[in-house]
Amino acid sequence: MIVETGAFALILALALSALQAVIAAAGRLRRSPVLAGAANGAAIASAGLIAVAFAALIFAFVVSDFSVANVAANSHTDKPMLYKVAAAWGSHEGSLLLWCLVLTGFGAALARAQNLPFGLKTSAVATQGLLGALFLSFTVFTSNPFTRLNPAPFQGESLNPLLQDPALAFHPPLLYCGYVGFSVCFSLAVAALIEGRANASFWPAWGRWVRPWALASWAFLTVGILLGSFWAYYELGWGGWWFWDPVENASFMPWLAGAALLHSAVVTERRGALAGWTTFLALLAFTFSMLGAFLVRSGVLTSVHAFAVDPERGMMLLAILGGTAGLAFALFAWRAPQLKGGGMFAPVSREGALVINNLFLTAAAATVLLGTLYPLILEAASGATISVGPPYFALTFVPLMTVALLILPAGPLLAWKRGDLKGVTQRLAIAAALTVVMALLAFAVFEPRKALSAAGIGLGAWLILGALAETAERIKLFRAPLAETLRRAKGLPLGAWGMTLAHAGLGVFVLGAVVETGYRIEAARPLAIGQSVQAGKWTVTLNEVKIVEGPNYLAEQGRLSVASPGGRTKEVTAERRFFPAGGQTTTEVGLDFRGLDDVYVVVGERAQATDGAPAWNVRVWWNPWARLIFLGPLIMALGGVLSLFDRRLRVAVGARKAAA
Amino acid sequence: MKRVLLIAVAALGLIAAEPPPAPDRPLPDAAQEARAQRLFDDIRCVVCQHEAIADSPAGIASDMRGLVREQIAAGKTDKAIREDLVRRYGDFVLFKPPVRIGTWLLWFGPFAALLAVGAAFIAFARRRKTEVAPLSPEEEARLADILAGQELRRDPDAKRSDD
Repeated sequence: MIVETGAFALILALALSALQAVIAAAGRLRRSPVLAGAANGAAIASAGLIAVAFAALIFAFVVSDFSVANVAANSHTDKPMLYKVAAAWGSHEGSLLLWCLVLTGFGAALARAQNLPFGLKTSAVATQGLLGALFLSFTVFTSNPFTRLNPAPFQGESLNPLLQDPALAFHPPLLYCGYVGFSVCFSLAVAALIEGRANASFWPAWGRWVRPWALASWAFLTVGILLGSFWAYYELGWGGWWFWDPVENASFMPWLAGAALLHSAVVTERRGALAGWTTFLALLAFTFSMLGAFLVRSGVLTSVHAFAVDPERGMMLLAILGGTAGLAFALFAWRAPQLKGGGMFAPVSREGALVINNLFLTAAAATVLLGTLYPLILEAASGATISVGPPYFALTFVPLMTVALLILPAGPLLAWKRGDLKGVTQRLAIAAALTVVMALLAFAVFEPRKALSAAGIGLGAWLILGALAETAERIKLFRAPLAETLRRAKGLPLGAWGMTLAHAGLGVFVLGAVVETGYRIEAARPLAIGQSVQAGKWTVTLNEVKIVEGPNYLAEQGRLSVASPGGRTKEVTAERRFFPAGGQTTTEVGLDFRGLDDVYVVVGERAQATDGAPAWNVRVWWNPWARLIFLGPLIMALGGVLSLFDRRLRVAVGARKAAA
Repeated sequence: MKRVLLIAVAALGLIAAEPPPAPDRPLPDAAQEARAQRLFDDIRCVVCQHEAIADSPAGIASDMRGLVREQIAAGKTDKAIREDLVRRYGDFVLFKPPVRIGTWLLWFGPFAALLAVGAAFIAFARRRKTEVAPLSPEEEARLADILAGQELRRDPDAKRSDD
């Protein structure tokens, strides 16, 4: 009964979303507040219904109702409760329902927004309704998670054990909040193009309306990608955290477009300039999100993230992607030349710096797009198969981003309209000098000596120091009495702190990524009990291997001690788990956190014994500063959240309170 | 308990059914082994999903690692080893695609995109400089008003909404 309620709610939500699109469009044409209000109601109701449907699906998983095909295919009675719940979004159908939940949820938030002018809001609600109707019909007609099985099996087929992991349980919801959050930016951009305001005062306000949505989505996406990367790091047991895998790239493209959007929306908000470009990026970010959904779900790519799907569904997703993005960009091509507005600015100015930021971020996104799709296109066009992997991105993406990051610290110090390059150089002089010292120090201290890695460490330091220099400048640190500095620090808007934090976080990430990539040490050896392997200064000894039983798996568990000369010895456990339900094995990495470093231990298959004693293939990585790789993006996301709470983005809230 | 035993038997059976690949034998020369490791990162395991042979547990990845080590020991250059792999498995085996007419767009596209977007910005700025008049004082005042958040709810071009 509960499952039927869910199915019914899902179909009703589809009808309401379609209704929302139609009524809002009619309300906009007739300028009728009543119709617009009804459309807003439909949007909120539709989100509520999807929430009911989603709760029903989770319920079916919790009680292991195997008469539901999706539950039978993805769950098992032996599975721990967390993964029963998480399996609700672990499959194609369930994750699509999650997608719809976030889409309608953001749609409801848009419908409740108080500060938007009538025309813009109604057009945006109509667009959001259309997106909702499209994705909901895709769900209902091709991927209904509530389809029943008759007869129901006694036991389910369980979830891919690689996905039975806490990080992966929370990775999709956060990721989807990011992906689909951009749909509101998309709808607001479409609405802005429809409203096509000729007056210049429209765009600064629009920039302010679109920015919170972009900020929130980008922050969610940052944490979502971070969790996915962390999962790949400790679950796959390959010692790496980013593989330039097509599916990783699919999530990275909207992130880059979103980051560009955040920055160009600032220009539009403050100066009314770049209106067309900001609209373009708002369309692009969600287009990349939909492209990612297509790539992952169509079967054109295969990876652990890819859901087992048939090409027919892929074609439908491609149609949705092509239809919505095609229409939106056609609208853009038609309307953009008529967009007016915006102040002028000199090339050397805050605006100019943000344009350069956008230039490089979009070029970087184009690189990731090319690297991801090119093998598919080339194979379709000529039959030739190529692989595009890390070396390609190291030669294209990395230099592009390096230039962008070198320029970055100057941007926030430049004045709007016309900047003073000489002044900026002076104000960054200390940071630059310290950066050079750090790079030289890194070159001298780190073994083996690598000039490029040392320069990379300098780059990370430059970002952090540059961000600090900017804040120090604004609060007149050491240049004014302490009381004055504190007063200024208190007066600094949250957005400014958010920016400093995000830029410094980027620097932290660069430090971690450079040091880990440049100086990691790997060692692999078959070990019998009592033998040890050396990775850099770490000695890893295999103490014991035993069979342990988990809730739904059997594992060969190795206990190993990690020791360094003069350091404390710590014990780690690493497992190879066998899941009888699906017949799969996974590795559980043993991680020894040592300050910023990781000692990463994988116990592999039994090796052929050399002298009769059983032995196991043990791989050990010493990943220096690996902690920063995951800390950096967290700081960046925190910066985004701080900016989100900036009073300036919530002026309308204050106005509303004052009016009440 | 019986179930656990059954599972254990099944698990062991599975392990027994699939003999593990022979463990890697690192090259005795540390410099040569380091070269091999660097090569492993750029060579794709031909039966896996986007995995380098450095990472893959598959049997063929192990064979390919052995092949690379053999050739290094035989004194071949990295370039010759890569060419040999391409002869055997095609361009697919290298994570760094070759630069040829068919991949020009791939290799030069990113920089072309940078130049194109940059040129578009410059062209746009030039055109605007000639055609855009500065805001009138009245427009400036309204802009300031909106930025101060006073006028956000009212939109002179539309009816007031009731929501």
